[in-house]
Formats: sequence, C-alpha cells, structure tokens
Amino acid sequence: MLSLANVWVEYGDKVVLERISLDIAEGSFVSIIGPSGAGKSSLLRVILGQDQPSRGSITLDGQALPQECGPDRGVVFQRYSVFPHLTVLGNTLLGLEFAQAPLAARLFGSARRAAIAQAEEMLAAVGLSDSMHLYPSEMSGGMQQRLAIAQALIKRPRILLLDEPFGALDPGIRTDMHALITRLWREFGLTIIMVTHDIKEAFGLGTRVLTLDKRRHDPHAPHRYGAGVIYDIALTRKMAAEAEIDASITIDTNGNN
Amino acid sequence: MRWVNRKIARGNALLLGALPLAVLALIYLIAAASRHAANPADKILPLPGAMASAMAALIFEADPLSGQYLFWADTLASLSRLGMGLGIATLSALLVGLVLGALPPVRTTFGPMVTAIAVIPPIALLPILFITFGLGETAKVALIVVGIAPFMIRDLAGHIAALPREQIVKSLTLGASSWQLLLRVALPQAMPRLIAGLRLSLGPAWVFLISAEAIAADVGLGYRIFLVRRYLAMDVILPYVAWIALLAVAIDFLLSRTSRTLFGWAHKAGH
Repeated sequence: MLSLANVWVEYGDKVVLERISLDIAEGSFVSIIGPSGAGKSSLLRVILGQDQPSRGSITLDGQALPQECGPDRGVVFQRYSVFPHLTVLGNTLLGLEFAQAPLAARLFGSARRAAIAQAEEMLAAVGLSDSMHLYPSEMSGGMQQRLAIAQALIKRPRILLLDEPFGALDPGIRTDMHALITRLWREFGLTIIMVTHDIKEAFGLGTRVLTLDKRRHDPHAPHRYGAGVIYDIALTRKMAAEAEIDASITIDTNGNN
Repeated sequence: MRWVNRKIARGNALLLGALPLAVLALIYLIAAASRHAANPADKILPLPGAMASAMAALIFEADPLSGQYLFWADTLASLSRLGMGLGIATLSALLVGLVLGALPPVRTTFGPMVTAIAVIPPIALLPILFITFGLGETAKVALIVVGIAPFMIRDLAGHIAALPREQIVKSLTLGASSWQLLLRVALPQAMPRLIAGLRLSLGPAWVFLISAEAIAADVGLGYRIFLVRRYLAMDVILPYVAWIALLAVAIDFLLSRTSRTLFGWAHKAGH
C-alpha cells in the first residue's frame, strides 16, 4: 500500500536517512526501533508529509504523496497531540467539522448532532465516554493519548502514525494502551506505523519490526552517512501468540499480515 | 517552615496586602500634619479634609463657566479615549498578530515592518499625529494605538508562532485548511494571550493618554492635573492620581475576570 523507493533525508550536508526502500502492506502494524538519532522520527515525518525526502519517492496506493500533511495519514505524537482549548468532545469533533464546514469550521443543528453521535461512538471505543466534557489539562497522560487516538481515528486515516505514543506513560497505563491499540487496530482494520524506544513494545505489538541504524560510520565525519533499515523482521507468529494471550478479543483468523 | 513553602490564607492575604498601603497613608498623614503644624497654609501636602472639600467642588458642583461637573466630564473624556485606543489596538493586534504568527509568508513580509514601527518611541510620533489629525480626539486615540498596538501584535504573533508544531501538524492531518486552522486552533488560543497582553499594555496606555491630554486637550483627567499644577493644587492632583490608579486597577481586574470566565481552560493547572 505504502511504498518508499530509495528515500534519502538530508539536512544540509548531514545525511539522516539513506537508501530507504520499503513496501508496507495494508493492515500491517510496523514498529520502528533504533538508537537515538538514527532517524526514526525523521522517517515518520517524511511519511507524514511534514518533511520532504531529498531524494527518492513515496507513494500511497500508487499515487505520489502530496507535499504536506493530509487527512489520509493520521498521527499521534508523544505530547501536544490534543488541543488544550477544546473539551474531549470538541477535540474529537474537530476532524469532522473541518471536513463538513469549510468556512465556519463548526457544525450546527442536525449535522452537529450526527457528528456528536459519531464522536461519542469513537470515544466509547477508546474508553473516554465518561470524560466527554473535560479539558485535556484535567486529564492524565494516558487519557490524553486515548483522546489523541480517537481524534485521529475519526478521520478513518489510511495509515495511522504513532511517534513514541506511550513513551511518557506509566508502565501499568502503557499495558492498557497496548491492549487498546491492538483492539482498535483489529476492529478498524488499521495500518499502523509506530516509532518506539521500547523493544518489548515493538515486538509485542508489531507484525513487522524495522530497525534503523547506520550501516557505515566515518569517525571523522559522522554526519556523512545516514541510517538505513538494518533489520526487517516479519513476525509471522504474531496472530497465534496473541490468540493465547487475549482470547477474549475477536480475532480476524485470516490474519492481517 | 521555610518562606518558600508558606501558604497564606485568603483573609490574611487581604490583610497583608492592605498593610503597606495603610503604612504609606499613615506616613503621608504624619508628614502632612507636621507641615501644617509649621505652616497652616501649606499647599504641598494637603490634609484629607482639604482634599475632600476641593474634590467635592469638582464632583458635586457644576463649573460656573461650562456648566459641567468637571470630575465626571474629565473621567468620561479620559475613559472614552482610553477605551477607543485600547479597543482599536486590541482588534488590530488580534487580526495582525494572528496572521503574522500563523502564516509564515505574511510573517516574512510584514514582520520586519512591525518590528521597525515598534522600536519608534511613540511620544516622538506625537507631533506627527497632531499635525496629521489635528488637536482633537483622533490624535490622542491614535497615540494610544501607536503606543501599544506594536507590542501587542508582536506578543500575540510570538505566542501563535510558538504553538507546538505537533498541534499544527495534527490539525493538518485532521484536514484543516489554513483558514480553518486560524479559526479553530490559532484564534481560540490567541484570546487569553490577547487579554494578558492588553493587561500589560494598560500601564503604557495610561501614560500615552495622560501625555496627550497634558499637551493638547480641554477636558480629561490628565488635562486637569496639568492645569491645576499651575496653582500648586495638590488637593486636586493627589485625589485625581488616586482615582486614576483606582480606574486602572478596576479595568485590570475586569479583564482578568473576563479571561477566567471565557477562557477557563487557559487558567487550569496543567499536568
């Protein structure tokens, strides 16, 4: 579905990523790991459209990606993903309002009621039904990330990009969030690309794990070589293992990978 | 307990806050009384009774020449000038600051111009304003606007430009156009900052108002102070200054309350 062909990312003469060629299948959950500074987030930003590759091309369903972010690619960052001036409901409605009200960016009457119903359904899916009218500053970090996920998913993005989404959360909350994202991934048939520092998380959640690092290193000019994909591991046992762990969840037995 | 950890209860806070003011008043009274003991006709530090009677004439008695109650006419004139100046400055800060902060091409084009205007001392522009707009109300209002709008614009633009990049990217992935982003993401987050900027600008606005009135006016709080200065009428000047301070505090309090009522989310403690 998403293809990167010989993508390079360079800032000035500093090469961050070099020769990245990837094909990401629909419905896969790709984890990206690697040491700090290996360009994990740069890769995510390029796929997101926030940065442009200096060489190479990225195509989504055979179409070249537009030069800026759009609703086909949703994103959840580690922080600042939700709007502090909107309630939980307002944050979730925003994507619908942008699409349906180009001028006012607000919905009224029956259109608003329909959007609220849709938002409530999405908030129920992430477990925020009881917090509809709270502001983000009144919520814990885990709740804010739940909201950020709901806010992104309501646009039904082709790809959901997660940039260390659970990095700032407590271990217990993080486990809850892992269960949540796995369930949403299955229910909505999502394609997810997640950057993480946590190797256990990468292998626990992903159907495919990419490891970014520098293949070559010039000690006199460390910035002249960029990182590439050094390991590309497909986790074929994923579905079977998952079935044992959380048997309560309905599993697509055909497998998404 | 160390002082950095001391919490002061509400009632005590009021008491503590009032204490220095009371001490200042007491010092004034002692100084005034001692001067009057030496010279009963002293005009420099009038006693409260003299201030009250001088002010009563301005507040309750119509001026025989103009038929106006001077204190109220002065207050009304000054407040309407101040209100218009603040209003125009706030509105222009909102419009200009918002697009300057949110749209990089606009910032690149007009940012240097705003900076250039902001570094000019507004009082230096006063002759130009008097020549251009005449000695009427327009020049005084214009001085306030010229004086505070550049600061407010730069403050707001800086705040909007410093919104986390993640928020902007998130809006774009939710399908926002530039206009929608301005309307639903930048504007609401600009409002509390705008009010904060306005509160900070109140002091300078009063300075420009009083200056303009001192130079060319026939009514106004600043005009009155500078007029009666010729007669060393401290019994009028001091109450007027206190009244100006009271008005300034009231406006500031009102703005702060407005911000808390309308934009409660901005005043909640974050995590």
